[in-house]
Amino acid sequence: MTTTKPAKGQKNPSALSRGVMGISRWFNSLPQAAAVAIVIFTVLGTWELIVRVSGISIIILPSPTDVGRELLIVFGQLAPGGFLAGELWTTIQEILIGFGLACVVGFAIGLWVGQTKFGQKAVMPLFVALEATPKIAFAPVFIAWFGFGITSKFVMAAFMSIFPVIIGTSAGLAATTEDELKLFKSMKAKAWDVFWKLKMRRALPFIFAGLKIAIVAALTGAIAAEFIGGGIGFGEQIRLASTRLALDRVFALIFILSMLGILLFSLVAWIQNRVTFWDKPNMRLRKNGKKKSLSVKP
Amino acid sequence: MTPSASPAQLGHKYLIENVSHTFPGTDVEALKNVTIDVKPGSFISFIGPSGCGKSTLLNAMGGLLEPSQGRVLMNGNTIDGPPDGVGIMFQKATLLPWRTTLENVLLPIELRDGSKAAKKHTDAAMSIIETVGLKGFEHAYPGELSGGMAQRAAICRMLITEPDVLLLDEPFGALDELTRERMDIELQSIALARGATVVLVTHSIPEAVFLSDVVYAMSARPGRISEVIEVDLPRPRTMETLNLPEFAHYVGRVRTALNKGHQVDNH
Repeated sequence: MTTTKPAKGQKNPSALSRGVMGISRWFNSLPQAAAVAIVIFTVLGTWELIVRVSGISIIILPSPTDVGRELLIVFGQLAPGGFLAGELWTTIQEILIGFGLACVVGFAIGLWVGQTKFGQKAVMPLFVALEATPKIAFAPVFIAWFGFGITSKFVMAAFMSIFPVIIGTSAGLAATTEDELKLFKSMKAKAWDVFWKLKMRRALPFIFAGLKIAIVAALTGAIAAEFIGGGIGFGEQIRLASTRLALDRVFALIFILSMLGILLFSLVAWIQNRVTFWDKPNMRLRKNGKKKSLSVKP
Repeated sequence: MTPSASPAQLGHKYLIENVSHTFPGTDVEALKNVTIDVKPGSFISFIGPSGCGKSTLLNAMGGLLEPSQGRVLMNGNTIDGPPDGVGIMFQKATLLPWRTTLENVLLPIELRDGSKAAKKHTDAAMSIIETVGLKGFEHAYPGELSGGMAQRAAICRMLITEPDVLLLDEPFGALDELTRERMDIELQSIALARGATVVLVTHSIPEAVFLSDVVYAMSARPGRISEVIEVDLPRPRTMETLNLPEFAHYVGRVRTALNKGHQVDNH
């Protein structure tokens, strides 16, 4: 707090700029939850105000309260046995199977690309080129190949999410330093130990960074494939609601999907924190508080 | 390899015969015609400017690099691959951040004999950890250790296999001066207690003189030994040693040798 005093020789700031600085400082000192709440409240409030004042039709832009009312109905149908619950479950299945597929296949390709010259020279450019294409455009192809059921959806989800897994794995395997390799060589480590006890551990933070992107991409992929064809899942419900101009329903469903995305992302992030607990920049901070009595558990 | 070692080869820990090395794809001579013998239990240093091949030489002695010409013998046998009984330490502690101090110290045993054997060495590891003053930090992770503490842990890891040869590549180069001096004294007592043969690569003239029986001054392009200075100071050397006129005399000799090597370089 002593820093609020202006340094000697500095011009006295005007009352106005002092006031602005004071408000800015107050905002900065808010706890994060409160800060987030203020922003959300402001955005929703402005949105509500615009809709009320301008009298925009609900089929163009529903107000937050309209969406909130619809959300309550949607929640009711999401309860066990509700018809939306089944649709949501279908979409979750697509996401999880697709993500799992992307993890397994992506990891294998990542190994190939990261550990062999051939993979790096021949396979990697292919995937970079593929990544540059608008992948959504492949959805009709997968529907033609795998039908209108769940298969075409999870294949699409896997297709959308595989690239970050490949990149994460191959980049992570390259993260091992020369010093570490030299150390293991000097200890005559077996090739498997070098891979499992060194390279894989070093790769984990990179792999998880990829997985966090991948899980959200899998959600996008599943919904996109549902839009294109099949008549199942949450994506189909959004499409249906928009065809009958029920934009309040559309927004409510998007809200649920956002929650799902955040939940899945958080889950991956939580696993990452457990697995790569050592990969935190603030690890050293723990030392200051309890110096000698360190009995840290992973 | 050669059980019928000649009498000349016995009584030496290391024999380095006419070693030259050129890194593949370059024509820079990292080492040229280096010949050294190292007596068992002696402490030697390589000192010189960057690019004089001192680390290359150390790596060759550790079996991490095969010289393009000449040979390196340890106990009369040509080295191919990291030999048993050798502990190596680098400038960076290179602790694995996902392992506790104790697990890092046990790593060489684990890689050599498996996890069960490593577990059996826990007591041995704990006593080494205690010797270097890391007691209480055995379950801490490297991210929680200071630079000096991390290097102590690296010392423990090097000692756990009870090597009788220690190869040290600028082990304390990244530490501050005071910590470094303290680590040097500890290193000396560890080497003396174990009767280990120690090879040190360093940039610091006082460090080289303080620790060594023999200092090899090296010069670059091509990397070679320019002068050999035998340091005849009583052991154990202490902080007082640093103030002796003889100490200053040896430091001066090494500095002169390094400057001469450098002038040759500029021709």
